[in-house]
Amino acid sequence: MTEVRVTVDGVNYADDVEPRMLLAQYLRETLGKTGTLIGCDTSNCGACTVSLDGQSVKSCSVLAVQADGSEVTTIEGLARDGNLHPVQEAFRECHGLQCGYCTPGMIMAAVDLLGDNPDPSEQEVREGIEGNLCRCTGYQNIVRAVQTAARNMKPGAQAPAGQTAAPVAGGN
Amino acid sequence: MTTTAEPTTAEIGKARVRKEDERLITGRSRYTDSITPPGTVHIAVVRSTLARATINSIDKSEAEKAPGVFGVFTAADLGAEQVGLPCAWPITPDQKAPQRPVLAVGRVNFSGEGVAVVVARSAAAARDAAELVEVDYTPLDPVLDMEAAAQDGAELVHPDLGSNVSATWVFDSGAAGTGGDIGEAIRTAEADSDQVVVRRRFRQQRLIPAFMEPRSCVVDPTGEQLTIWAATQVPHILRTMTTVTLGIPESKLRVIAPDVGGGFGGKIGVLPEEMLCVLLAQKLGKPVKWTETRSECMLTAHHARDQIQDLTITAKRDGTITGLDVHLYADMGAYLGLVGPGVPILGAFMFNAIYKIPALKFTCSNVFTNKTLTDAYRGAGRPEATFGIERIMDELAVELGRDPMELREQNWISHEEFPFTTVVGLTYDTGNYEQATRRAMELFDYAGLRREQEERRKNNDPVQLGIGISTFTEMCGLAPSRVLGSLDYGAGGWEAASIRMLATGKVEVTTGASAHGQGHETAFSQIVADKLGVPFEDVEILHGDTQVAPKGLDTYGSRSLVVGGIAIVNAAEKVIEKARKIAAHLLEASEDDLEFANGQFTVKGTDKGKAIQEIAFAAFMAHDYPEGMEPSLDSDAVFDPENFSFPHGTHLAAIEVDTETGRVNLRNYVCVDDIGNVINPLIVEGQVHGGLAQGIAQALFEEANYDDQGTLVNATFVDYTLPSAADLPSFTTETVSTPSTTNPLGVKGVGEAGTIASTPAIVNGVLDAIRHLGVTEIEMPTTSQRVWRALQVAKGHSVQQTPSTTHSPGAGLGSIDPNNPKGEVQ
Amino acid sequence: MIPAKFDYVRPSSVEEAVSALQQAGEDAKILAGGQSLLPVLRLRLAAPSTVIDLGGIPELKRIGEDEQYVMVGAMATHHEVMRNDLINKHVELIARATETVADPQVRHRGTLGGALAHADPAGDLGAAALALDAEFVILGSGGTRLVPAAEFFQDYFTTAIGEGEILTMVRFPKYTGWKTHYEKFNRVAQAWSMVAVAVALKVEGGTISQARVGLTNMGNVPIRATGVERALVGQAAGPDVAKAAAEHATEGTSAPSDADAASDYREHLAKVLTGRAVLAAAG
Repeated sequence: MTEVRVTVDGVNYADDVEPRMLLAQYLRETLGKTGTLIGCDTSNCGACTVSLDGQSVKSCSVLAVQADGSEVTTIEGLARDGNLHPVQEAFRECHGLQCGYCTPGMIMAAVDLLGDNPDPSEQEVREGIEGNLCRCTGYQNIVRAVQTAARNMKPGAQAPAGQTAAPVAGGN
Repeated sequence: MTTTAEPTTAEIGKARVRKEDERLITGRSRYTDSITPPGTVHIAVVRSTLARATINSIDKSEAEKAPGVFGVFTAADLGAEQVGLPCAWPITPDQKAPQRPVLAVGRVNFSGEGVAVVVARSAAAARDAAELVEVDYTPLDPVLDMEAAAQDGAELVHPDLGSNVSATWVFDSGAAGTGGDIGEAIRTAEADSDQVVVRRRFRQQRLIPAFMEPRSCVVDPTGEQLTIWAATQVPHILRTMTTVTLGIPESKLRVIAPDVGGGFGGKIGVLPEEMLCVLLAQKLGKPVKWTETRSECMLTAHHARDQIQDLTITAKRDGTITGLDVHLYADMGAYLGLVGPGVPILGAFMFNAIYKIPALKFTCSNVFTNKTLTDAYRGAGRPEATFGIERIMDELAVELGRDPMELREQNWISHEEFPFTTVVGLTYDTGNYEQATRRAMELFDYAGLRREQEERRKNNDPVQLGIGISTFTEMCGLAPSRVLGSLDYGAGGWEAASIRMLATGKVEVTTGASAHGQGHETAFSQIVADKLGVPFEDVEILHGDTQVAPKGLDTYGSRSLVVGGIAIVNAAEKVIEKARKIAAHLLEASEDDLEFANGQFTVKGTDKGKAIQEIAFAAFMAHDYPEGMEPSLDSDAVFDPENFSFPHGTHLAAIEVDTETGRVNLRNYVCVDDIGNVINPLIVEGQVHGGLAQGIAQALFEEANYDDQGTLVNATFVDYTLPSAADLPSFTTETVSTPSTTNPLGVKGVGEAGTIASTPAIVNGVLDAIRHLGVTEIEMPTTSQRVWRALQVAKGHSVQQTPSTTHSPGAGLGSIDPNNPKGEVQ
Repeated sequence: MIPAKFDYVRPSSVEEAVSALQQAGEDAKILAGGQSLLPVLRLRLAAPSTVIDLGGIPELKRIGEDEQYVMVGAMATHHEVMRNDLINKHVELIARATETVADPQVRHRGTLGGALAHADPAGDLGAAALALDAEFVILGSGGTRLVPAAEFFQDYFTTAIGEGEILTMVRFPKYTGWKTHYEKFNRVAQAWSMVAVAVALKVEGGTISQARVGLTNMGNVPIRATGVERALVGQAAGPDVAKAAAEHATEGTSAPSDADAASDYREHLAKVLTGRAVLAAAG
C-alpha cells in the first residue's frame, strides 16, 4: 500500500491504496465519486476524464498514486454554490447528451478546451473533444453545446443569473 | 393542499429540454456499476482464447488458494450443466437451436466464451485469480465462413444438430397471395429484350453495437425478492427469462434497470453472466456483481448485421420494377441470441421499401459459425434490407442509364395511393415521398451538386464528388401481437402504462418502456401534461423497475412512443373518465354537460368548474364521491397496436473521394424524415443525429474482423474504429409530417430511422463519385484502402491481397503480442 | 480492468531512478506519462514486478537551450512540447508532429521521452526526431551516453536504451527558420498513423538548400527518406519537384501489411503524402 494525498472537489483526502489502483477507481470506489465513469481499457473513450491540477486527463490511465499531492476536479465538483457550470448548462440546453454515459468526461474535456481556447470554431471543438467517444448524439449537439457555452462564458456575456463563468480551479 | 391547474399551452411539439439531464450533467447518476451493496462479492469469468476446442481439464487449484477468493466454479460445480439461455424467436418449427450454456460444458464454441467463474472480495482479486485457472484444450478447426458453413459436408459447429443451418425462412409473395411469382418475373425478364435483370451480391459486415456503458449486473439475494440490477434495455423480459432459464418464480424476482448507458439493441439479451450472478448469489447468500471490461464487451456482447445478400431485381427498360428476389445468409455466430434468428426476418418486410414491386421472394438461411453470436442492433434487419434495396436501385439506375432519384420516383408509392398494401402484405397507412424528397433536394442543392460533379469529372479533379441517395421507409412500433404470433415470436408486442393521481395533484406515470437515453421522461411528461392539462413539471415518469412498473415489454424497435406512448394516452383517457364522474358529482351536473380542457372540468355555458387536481384530492379524501365507483382516478392501460407505423425519409449525401489516397470525406448530409407528429423536436433531432452517426459509421469505419483462427482481432477501441467528433460533419436534418393513422397521437417512431437510412446513402455516394473511373462495388466499410484498391483494379493495375485480419507491429495495442510483449514501454 | 499487482517506486532524482531500476531487475518498467503503459498493464499484456515512476523528478521536465541545441527533458509532456516557444522556434517539426499525437487528455500526460522510448513504429515522434538528427541522452550506472537518432531505434518497441538505463533527455540541433510539416494519415482521428511524413526544409531564395524527411510506420523503425531529401536539395519547391522527389519515398522502407493497409498501399501513401508534406512545408 502507498499513501496518496489528494484534494478532490475541494475536499482533502489521505488514503492508503494499492499502487495498481487507477485514479478512476480511487474516485469511484474509495471516495464514492461515482459521477466519473469508466468506458474502456485503452484510454480511448474519455468517459473517465477529470481535471488533474487544471488539465484534463483520462483518470483510467493515471494511477491513484501518481495523483499524490494533486488537485482533482470531477464532474461532481463542477457546479459551484448550486449553480451549474456554463458548460453543464449548455449541454442541457442544446440536448448534448442522451444516455449520459459519456457526458461527465465530455463536459470535463469541454471545460478544459474552453479554458485553452475561449472561442473555438466548430472544427476546433471537434478536434478538441476527439478523445471522447459518444455513441448516442452523433456529436452535433455536443459541438453546439460547447460553442454555446463559449458564448455564455465570454466576459460580459449574458450568463443566466447567478452563474459564474469560471473554468475549473487551476484551469490553464 | 390542492394546487389549481395552470392553463397549460400545448406541450406536444415543444422543444423541451430534458428533465433527466440535470442528474446526468452533474454526475448524480446511478449506473449499475455504481451500485455495490454491503458485502458484495465480485466475479471474473475465465474465458476461452480459442474459437473452437474441446476442454480436457480445468485446474482451479491455484486460483482457489489466491487471497480473497470465495470459490472457483464451472458449470458442473454450479449444477448448471443443463441450463440453457433462452432464444425467444424460433422462426421455423424445425429451427435448430443448440443449448447456449452459462459456462462452456466440454467444448468452447467461440473465442471469449466463459469456461469458469471466480468469485472474490474485489474485482481485482477475482481477475488475479482468474489468471491462475489453467484450462487444457484440444483446439479444433473453427468454422468461420458462413457461406461455406451452410453447404453440405461442412465441418459442424454443433455436430449434434446435423447442420450449420439453423433455419431457412421463406416468404414468397406468389405463394402468400400478396403478389406475383418471382420465378415467373425473372423468367419473363430474361426472355424479354425489353426487360433487364440485375444481380448483385452485397455484404453486411459484422458490427459491434459498442454502447458506451459496459454491461454490468448486481444480484442481491438478501431480500425476499432476489433483486437484479442490470445494464439492460429489457428489465421485464429479463425477469421473465430468468424464470424461464433458472426456474425461480417470477414473483420472487425484481429487476431494476437503473441509469443505462446506451443499448442500441446491444442490451436486449439475457446474459450468461447475469444468470451466473443469480446462481452465485443464491449459492453464497451475498450480493454478487459483474462488470465487464471493454475488451470482454467487444468479445462477448452480441454482434450484429453480418449477412451476405444475393439480390436479383427485374425491370422493364422503361424503369418499371417487375420483381425482386432476395437470398440471404445470416451469420448467427455460435449460438442463437434472444431474438437473433428473427432479426434478418424483420428485413423480409422491408426489402420492397417504398416501391411498388409486384413480385417478391425472400429466402434467408441462418447459419452457425464459431463467432460471437449476433442479435439486434439499431434497426435490426431493416438497415440490412434498406441497404440491399437502396443499393440495387442505384445499380438498376446505372444499368438503365437513368438518374437514380428519377427511377425511384417512377417506382415509389405516390402520396395519393395511401393507404397502400405492399407485396409483403403490410399496409402503409400514410406517407408522402414526394414531399420529403422535394424538401431534401432543395436543402441539398441537388442540381448544383450534380453540376459540380460534372465539372470535377471533366477536369479530372483528384477529388471527385459523389451524390448518395437513400429514400427509405421502415416499420416501427414493434409490434401488433397477432403479427408477432404469426411469426412465431415468443411474446406479444403490447405495452403497459399506469397513471396515479396523487393527493397533491402530482401525477405519477409508470411505463413498461425502459429508457436508456431516449428521453422518455421528458416526452412522456409532455404527452401526459397535454392530456391531463397538468403542468409538465408535475408529471413524474417511473420506469425500469419491475416493482414500480410491473408490466411491460421494454424498449427496442422504435416502440416506446408508438406503443408505450399510446398506452399512456389511453391510461390518461381512463383517468379523465373517472375524474369526470367525480367532477359531475361535485359540480352537481350531468357528465354530458361537462367539458374537459386544460385540466379543467367546466359545466358548459357556466364558469363553474373543478381542476383535475381538485378531483384527485377529492378522490383521495373520499368524503364525497359518487356511489358505485371506487374513490380513485388511477388507471392502467395496455395498448396492443393494430398495425406498425411507417416512417420514411429522403437522405442525401455529398461524398468527396480523394482518388490519390482513397480517402472518403462526407462533405454534406441532408435528411428530411417523415416521422408523423413530433412530440419533442429537440429529442427527435438528437435521435436522428445519433442514428445517422451509427449508420454512417457502418458505411465508413466499423467492422469486426476475425482471423483464420477465429480470434476477434479488433477487440478494443484502439482498433474497432468508432468515429469521434472529428470524423463526422454537422448534418442538416428536417422533418415533414403525414400523421400516422394507426395511433391517436399520429406518431411514427424515430429511434432507428437515421441508422436505417444513412448507410446506403453513403455507399451509393462513394460509388457515384468514382463509378465513371470504372469502380462498380466496394465492400463496407469503404476505407481508404478499399477505395484505392478498387480504383487500381479499375485501372487494370495489379494489387496485393490485403491481410484483412492481422495487425502490423505498430499502431498501439494491436501490436503487442500478449505472449511476448517486448521492449520498454514507458 | 485493473493491472496485475506491482511494487511502486517514485524516485526523486535520476540517480535514484537508475539505482531503483537496477535493484528491481529486468521485470521492472519505467512509468513516464503512462499513456501507453497503463492500457498495456490494464489489459495485462505486461505484468512488471516493479513500476518506477519518473513523475517525481522535476529536472526531467525541463526544456532549455544552448547555442547549438534545444534540450527537452524526457518527461516534458506533449502538451508542453507543442506549446513551448523554444521548440516552436528552433525545432518546429517536433511541435507539429506532437500536435497530432492522440488527443488533448493523452497529450496532457504523455511525454516526449516516453513516446520515443516506447518506439511504436506508428508513433509520430520518431520520424521527426530521426529526420532532425536528435540525440538521446541515456543514463545508466556507468554514467551518461549520447546516442544519435540513427542508432536509437533498433526494432519495433526496441531502442538503444539498455537494461538498467533510462532516457533522461533528447536534444535537437536547431533548425531555426526552417519550414516544416507533418502529414499524418489515419483511419479515424483517434487512430495511430497508417503512414505519416515529417518534412523540414531550409528554403533560401526560393530554393531548397537543405531537406530532412522522416517516415512513420513504413518499417519496424522510423525511416529517414534520404532519397527524397537528395531529390529536393537545390530545387525550387513546387508541385513537380515535390512529386518527383516523392517517388523516392519508398527507398529503403519495409512497410508492414495489416488490416488497415497492405504494404503496397502504404508505399503508395508514402509517396502521395510525401509530395503533399513537401508542398505544405514549402508553402
